[in-house]
This record gives sequence, C-alpha cells and structure tokens, in this order.
Amino acid sequence: MTEIFGVPAPVLYGQLLLGLVNGSFYALLSLGLSLIFGLLNIVNFAHGTMYMLGAFLAYLLLEPLGLGYWWAILLVPLLAAGLGIVIERTILKRIYKLDHIYGLLVTFGLTMVIEGFVRVYFGVSGLRYAVPPSLQGMVDLGFMRLPIYRIWVIVAALGLCLVTWLVIERTRLGATLRAGTENPSLVQAFGVNVPLLVTLVFGWGVGLAAFAGVLAAPLMQLTPQIGHSIIITVFGVVVIGGMGSILGSIVTGLGLGLIEGLAKVYYPEASSTAIFVLMILVLLVRPHGLFGKQ
Amino acid sequence: MNKVYGRMLALMASTVLTMPALADEDQVKIALMTDLAGATADYGGPGAVEAVKMAIEDFGGTLNGKPIHVDFIDHQNKPDIAVTKAREAFDSGTDMVINLSNSAAALGVMEIGLAKDKVVIVTGAGSDRITGDACSPNTVHFAFNSYSLANSPVKALAANGVNDWYLIVSDFAYGLSVEAAVSDAIKNAGGTLTGSVKHPAFMASDFSSYALQAISSGAKAIGLSNSSSDTTNSIRALKEFGLGDDQQMVAFTLLINEIHGLGLDQASGLLFADGFYWDRTDQTREWSKRFFERVGKMPNMVNAGDYSGTLHYLRAVEAAGTTDAKTVLAKMREMPINDMFAENGKIREDGMMVHDMYLVQVKTPEESQYDWDYLKVLETIPAEEAFLPLDQSKCSLVNKG
Repeated sequence: MTEIFGVPAPVLYGQLLLGLVNGSFYALLSLGLSLIFGLLNIVNFAHGTMYMLGAFLAYLLLEPLGLGYWWAILLVPLLAAGLGIVIERTILKRIYKLDHIYGLLVTFGLTMVIEGFVRVYFGVSGLRYAVPPSLQGMVDLGFMRLPIYRIWVIVAALGLCLVTWLVIERTRLGATLRAGTENPSLVQAFGVNVPLLVTLVFGWGVGLAAFAGVLAAPLMQLTPQIGHSIIITVFGVVVIGGMGSILGSIVTGLGLGLIEGLAKVYYPEASSTAIFVLMILVLLVRPHGLFGKQ
Repeated sequence: MNKVYGRMLALMASTVLTMPALADEDQVKIALMTDLAGATADYGGPGAVEAVKMAIEDFGGTLNGKPIHVDFIDHQNKPDIAVTKAREAFDSGTDMVINLSNSAAALGVMEIGLAKDKVVIVTGAGSDRITGDACSPNTVHFAFNSYSLANSPVKALAANGVNDWYLIVSDFAYGLSVEAAVSDAIKNAGGTLTGSVKHPAFMASDFSSYALQAISSGAKAIGLSNSSSDTTNSIRALKEFGLGDDQQMVAFTLLINEIHGLGLDQASGLLFADGFYWDRTDQTREWSKRFFERVGKMPNMVNAGDYSGTLHYLRAVEAAGTTDAKTVLAKMREMPINDMFAENGKIREDGMMVHDMYLVQVKTPEESQYDWDYLKVLETIPAEEAFLPLDQSKCSLVNKG
C-alpha cells in the first residue's frame, strides 16, 4: 500500500474528502458572514445561532408539521431570512453609525437569548434528524465508502456559494449593492433604496446560514451549542480570507476544511487550533487577509 | 452635615449587608448546586431539582419540627462561580451541598466544604480524584466515577474474547481520566490498545474523521472516552460510516437521556456501565414513574443519586440528632444505604459510596416494547468489583495498615 508520510494513501484521500465536506460548511457560513460584514459593516456573531436555528427549524417542520427534508431546505432559509429582516429592521439599523464593537455585542447578546430559549424548550440531550430516504446509502469510491448524503452536502453548498458569487459579482443588482457600500449617499441620490438593499442582504446572509443548518441537521445530534462551536472556526476563515471578500471566503473555507482534514490524520490534537495558527501567520504577513483589499 | 450622615448611613448599610445571615441552629439547610440550564443540564437541571424535592417530601418535609430548607444554585459550569457560591451558601448556614456536576467545580467546592467543615455530596461529577488524591473527610461520592464506568465493560468484553481496542478520546481532563482508567482496565484484562485518536472537547462538530480512523483500525472494540454531545456524535458518525458487524461500540459515560435523543436505531447494541436503570426492579419502577410524572422523562443515574444522597443525609441527621458535619458524616458511614438506588450501599473511608453497577446494552428497536424501554441489564457488577479496591487507593485517608 502506498504511504504518504506514514499514512496509507486511501486513508489520506478519505480524510481529505471529509475535509472538503466540512470545508463546504465553512464556505457557506463564511460567505454569509462576509457578505453581511461587507455591506452592513456588522460583525454578526449571531451567525452561528442562525445556523443552529436552521437545523432546529427543520426539526420543527418535521416533528409537529410532518414536512420533510426537501420542504425544510426550501422553507427554512426563507423563514430565517424573515427573522433576519425583522432583526435588521428593529435592532441592527440603530447601530450602523456606531463602532464595530457595538454590532458584535448586540449580536452576541442575541446569540445568548436565542440559544437560551432553544435550550429551555428542547433541552440539551440532543435531537435527531434523519437523513432523507432519497439520500441514504453509501457509494464505494475505491479508497473509502462515502455516505451519499455527504456528496449532496458538497454539491448543494458549493452550488449556492457559486450562485451568490455570480449575483454579487456579475449582475446589475450586485453592482448596485457593491456601489451602495462604497458610497451610500451617492447611490441613494440616483434613486436606489439603499436601506432596503441592506435589509435584503442581511436576510440573504441569514438565509445562507440557515441553509447550512438544514444541510448539517442529519449529520449530528442537534443541541443548542452546535452554533457556537462552528462560528469560532468560521470567524477564523473570514479573517484569513479577508473580511468582506466573497470569493476569498469560499476559497478559504474549502482550503481550511482540507487543512483541518490533514491535521486530523497527522496530529488530531491540533485539528481545532491549526486554523488559528494559520490565522496568526496570515495576519502577520497580510493583515487584510489573503483576498482582502488593502 | 448631611454629607457626614450620608457616609455614616452608607457605612452602617454596608456592615449590615456584609454580615452573614444568622444560621438557624435547628433548621436543616441543604443546597443543590449544579448546571441548572446549561450544556450539561442532563447531569443536573430540572431532573436534579425534582429528585431533591422528592427526597425531602418522602422524608416527611420536616426535621426537628422545622421545614427542611433547600436552595437551588446554578454554578453555570464555572468552577470559580461554584466556589464563590459554595462559600456564600456555607456562610449563610447551609449544612450540605449536593450534585456538583463538572469535576473541576466539585473539586473546588470540596476544599471549601473541608475548610468550613460542612458536608459535600458529589453525584454529578465522575473524576477519580474526588476519592483519590483529592479525597476529603467531608466529601461523599455517590453515583459513579470514571473507574466504575471504565472497568466493567472492558472486563465483560474480555470474557467474551474481545480484546483489541481503539479509543476515541476527548482531549480534556475528564476524557483523559477515562482514557487512563480504560487503558489500565485493558491492560489488566490482558487486552491490547491498538490505537487512539484525541479530539478537541465540545468543539468538534464533525466526528466522521475520527469514526473513519476507528473503523479502519479493524479493532474489535471501539471505546468512547468522551461525554455528552461528543459521545452521541461519535456514535452517529460510527454508524454512518459503516461500523463493521464484528465491531462493538462501548461508551464510557452515557445517560439514558442521550439514548432517548439518539434513538434506538442509532444506539442499539451499544454497551456501557450504568449506576441505575429505571426498569430494573419494582422499586426502581415505582420511584421512576413518580419522577417521570414530575419531570417528563425517566431518571438517569445522577438523578437517582441526588435522591438517594439527599435522603441518606437527612436520615443520618435525624439519627445523629445534630447537623454537625463530623457527627453526621460518621452516621452516614455507619448506616447502610438501602433504597431504589443502592442495595446495601456503603460509604468507604475514601468517601466512595460503593454500590452495585450494571453492565447494560441498548436494545434494538424490535426488542423495545414501550416508551423508555431502552436497556438490557446483562450483568450486575457487585460493589466490591465495580470500584477501585481500597489497597490501590491514592487517598490519604485510607489506612493501608
């Protein structure tokens, strides 16, 4: 058997593929975070909570209402976007003019409140959301047997990332959005409703997080903590990629998923810190991140 | 002039406010200190609150003609908060603190209990240090510890010829202490540890990588030296990535609530040691059904330990006729514990309440007949085998003669 640095090649390929699955989640979440920061200037700490809420909403649709996975993946991002819009209109719009730290504090507070409610209502033992029947089973890739659901995760997450990127970078709407962040008052003078654009972008970002939550729901026990264990990593991804850079978040998300995968094979103890070591190195060399503008 | 009065008033007020409330000598005051609403609330939370209340009601509600007073304190899983709150509680006349989920919190409060000469009953934490090198004459460890959870499944599998192990270990104090206990047990049973992987505690949301490494190791027994959501996520990942038919999953810290959350199709076949199973005898069923009516879920071993520990303490106070810690602790050691939790349970000199443990296996969905019918009791592990023999104890209170 071929070995790469003492690890059998098939094992390594398997781990890299799993890294890609995790990377897809990082990409999806950091994309939303980056979008919100780029256009709203809010460091949205509640992003992980929206991911958690996405997973629990999927569960709620299934348990009392009987609406399955495909309904959830359609409806939950919309519901979450609605909630996001309410939060933006009632809370966040009041703090745009203040320092970043206020946005961070407010969204951190929201995280605590929402998580607390979920914990009181659902408890901490974890809930189970089954893999939809049409995506059950495994495929044999030669070097590993991969559950079909994980392939779907990569396809769905990257698909949505690509659509978001195309809309922002390649359409007229996206051009208006970008112009709105550069110089809101000028764009407003041209007759564009900038506050509405900002609200919609926040809704979209939250929707992306909730979509990631639905994708993740069948992969883990749903506990109220799932949000904040992933958000820390995602912040690392955004900082490495460059705050506000769309493409940067996607590429960095996937790349760091792979690096984490490697760490899990060669030195598992460091798997959760590898990203942050990298973050420090990147900040030393390129303080604006790999893809950030100076 | 007004300024001077103001200062004097402030000074007087601060003196009054900082004065400890005078303890009522006759009244028994106990405090449940635990994680009331946080991530580990299965070890405390509403279940613990009701268990303690049930014990007081079953005892009769009064002692020495006065109502038994109970406080519920949330330590939020933070050892520093636990220590501060324990000091406050003892200073305001609390005689006994129970539960103390989270080993670091328990070890901290044990020191305060010793310094203030009060009774500490640990039910919610499992570190072996509580009755090991950190043992205290004022502390009783009631429900379980990592030794008791680690040893019996390893022995049982060895007896069936399953001897090679792979461990998934949570990289923090509790996970490592379980790993150490399990490694010793494997060595004692003549088995081999073929490998292990360490994951960050409570931070890893994805266990597929660890599951894959465990499965591809080919080891016949895969042990989970972790707890709470880390354990349940490991189980799910092992099932998802196709655990071999000849591979056996063993959990070293699992509560019935977590099996309820996983569902039997995910958890079936899982082997672990438990200190209490609700559906074991008529007595456990009767008590558990009362518990279920109040809490909405069946009790786990920590809930049962909270009830049993509180009741045993109250009986000891009654028999001793005083709340003086030394006298009560002596009575607690002298009296055997016989209730739905323990049969002929006994508190040893290191503070461990030794009682039978049970080797259990999770039923398949087909075997389960009714709600919460989750476990098969495969074996009763007698008290003297379930816990670390005293001659190997690191506790300084043990007289090895």
